[in-house]
Amino acid sequence: MVEDFILETKGLTKEFAGFTAVRDVDLRVRRGSIHALIGPNGAGKTTCFNLLTKFLPPTRGAIAYNGRDITSMAPADVARLGLIRSFQISAVFPHLTGMENVRVALQRHRGDNFDFWRSKKVLDDLNGRAMALLEDVGLTEFADVTAVEMPYGRKRALEIATTLALDPEMMLLDEPMAGMGHEDIEKVVELIRRVSANRTVLMVEHNLNVVANLSDTITVLTRGQILAEGDYATVSANPEVQQAYLGASHG
Amino acid sequence: MTTTPIKPVSPAAPERSETPIIMGMIAVLAVLPLLGVYPYFVMQALCFALFACAFNLLIGYVGLLSFGHAMFLGTAGYASAHAAKVWGLAPELSILFGTLASGALGVLVGLIAIRRQGIYFSMTTLALAQMIYFFYLQAKFTHGEDGIQGVPRGLFLGVLDISKPLVLFYVVLAIFVAGFLLIYRTINSPFGEILKAIRENEPRAISLGYRTARYKLAAFALSAALAGLAGATKVIVSQNASLTDVRWEMSGEVVLMTLVGGLGTIFGPVVGAFIIIAMQQYLAEFGQWVLVIQGVIFVACVLAFRRGIVGEAAKVLRRNL
Ligand SMILES: Nc1ncnc2c1ncn2[C@@H]1O[C@H](COP(=O)(O)OP(=O)(O)OP(=O)(O)O)[C@@H](O)[C@H]1O
Ligand SMILES: [Mg+2]
Repeated sequence: MVEDFILETKGLTKEFAGFTAVRDVDLRVRRGSIHALIGPNGAGKTTCFNLLTKFLPPTRGAIAYNGRDITSMAPADVARLGLIRSFQISAVFPHLTGMENVRVALQRHRGDNFDFWRSKKVLDDLNGRAMALLEDVGLTEFADVTAVEMPYGRKRALEIATTLALDPEMMLLDEPMAGMGHEDIEKVVELIRRVSANRTVLMVEHNLNVVANLSDTITVLTRGQILAEGDYATVSANPEVQQAYLGASHG
Repeated sequence: MTTTPIKPVSPAAPERSETPIIMGMIAVLAVLPLLGVYPYFVMQALCFALFACAFNLLIGYVGLLSFGHAMFLGTAGYASAHAAKVWGLAPELSILFGTLASGALGVLVGLIAIRRQGIYFSMTTLALAQMIYFFYLQAKFTHGEDGIQGVPRGLFLGVLDISKPLVLFYVVLAIFVAGFLLIYRTINSPFGEILKAIRENEPRAISLGYRTARYKLAAFALSAALAGLAGATKVIVSQNASLTDVRWEMSGEVVLMTLVGGLGTIFGPVVGAFIIIAMQQYLAEFGQWVLVIQGVIFVACVLAFRRGIVGEAAKVLRRNL
């Protein structure tokens, strides 16, 4: 069987002033899968995301997306290829409303937005779609609320709606459920499952129930290196993984 | 998601339009000289108001603090004064030339400064503005400390005799209104929405695929050109271009005006400019004390009035101003 990987890294390494945060990572994400990246605090998960989306330049190694080398591409251009990330610390536009947040993403489909002489009323066409996206994440009542006024869990939901607005081929979610209550977590799990139908999801998540429940493949990272990889049963049975998790944190 | 029906949306709290306030502002400005306010003072204030609005476009809507905006005010001033006096261009063409000169300088400075973040951006603009200042200090055509004096006014658009104070006044008002409306439209355009997103969270805007450097550069050049429009008009009003307009103190003054009026507000820079220019006019007898008073106002704004006058009013009225 020929395996189809949408994202592939070779020897990906990031050093910060002599400290190696990510070491020789060969990560392969299968197209259409939900892939979880887990590991104790400080394992290098967020750094990996920053490398994959080119927010940080790798010290060594190569990244290929859809068979194309993106190692020296600019972050906005990586996003334009359909690889959209979220951030660990919620990334919304604080003083824009829920609707405006999502609309900023929808504006991308207009191509360049340098038309400073045109009224923003031309964007009203996007409102219906923006509302539908907000509804999808349970934010209907928050359409006119500025993001800064939303509870933390809602901000995370808004961030997912904004990411989905670009209809990305692949989404990188950095702890999308952190800080959410039990009910919201279930909603977001459902949402991720639903939207992953025609796209690839790579997510960092500490909640192992969620990981077990959602992911097709799990990669365990410790001290910047891949420790184990496989489905939940395989990975959780690995004694080294159990050791790493018990040794580093209780979560 | 594909099954979700698309519903028409009516915002819960309809955005209140600023149009009536803009109309009111223009009406008040238009009658000021008829009420006995010295037209020359209003024209000066209008030029500074446009300058402050151009500066505010960057700090208020993109989050870029330029510490060197005087270079655009002054460059356009020298360019239009030279064009009018040496080349004998008509006033509207001299103003256009000055505006374009500052816009072009804005592209160059922007290309260098935009790559730096935060305070490094501000320091870069300051350093470049100082270089421009020394260039004008040395260059022959600026006549150093003397400046370019006796800039002719002539006929605006071939028909309006702007040597008459009231005609000049309404021409200057028209230029101010055109610049103000262009800025107002810019911040309420699709482009403006992206600028606000960059101001709010640049990494997020990048992650959504926006090449933010290009947007920042475009905004910077636009702001520089509009600051140039203000500087060129100012020269036609005062009939002289001098080093005062390129000094770093001028860059500081526009920060002060914007801060006093309300950063990131539509009307704040106008209010701030009028207050500061009025203070300089009416407190002139106190000599050096004007600087001290300005300093105190600056500190008061930073400590107590963070939003500036218009910003505080907007908060009380719960609307955009
Ligand atoms: N810009 C940086 N400069 C220096 N060190 C960094 C930088 N970014 C991350 N690190 C270090 O790299 C290591 C990995 O950090 P990273 O944020 O990738 O971990 P993580 O797996 O995402 O952890 P968490 O679960 O807490 O989010 C940490 O030791 C961190 O201190
Ligand atoms: Mg992290």
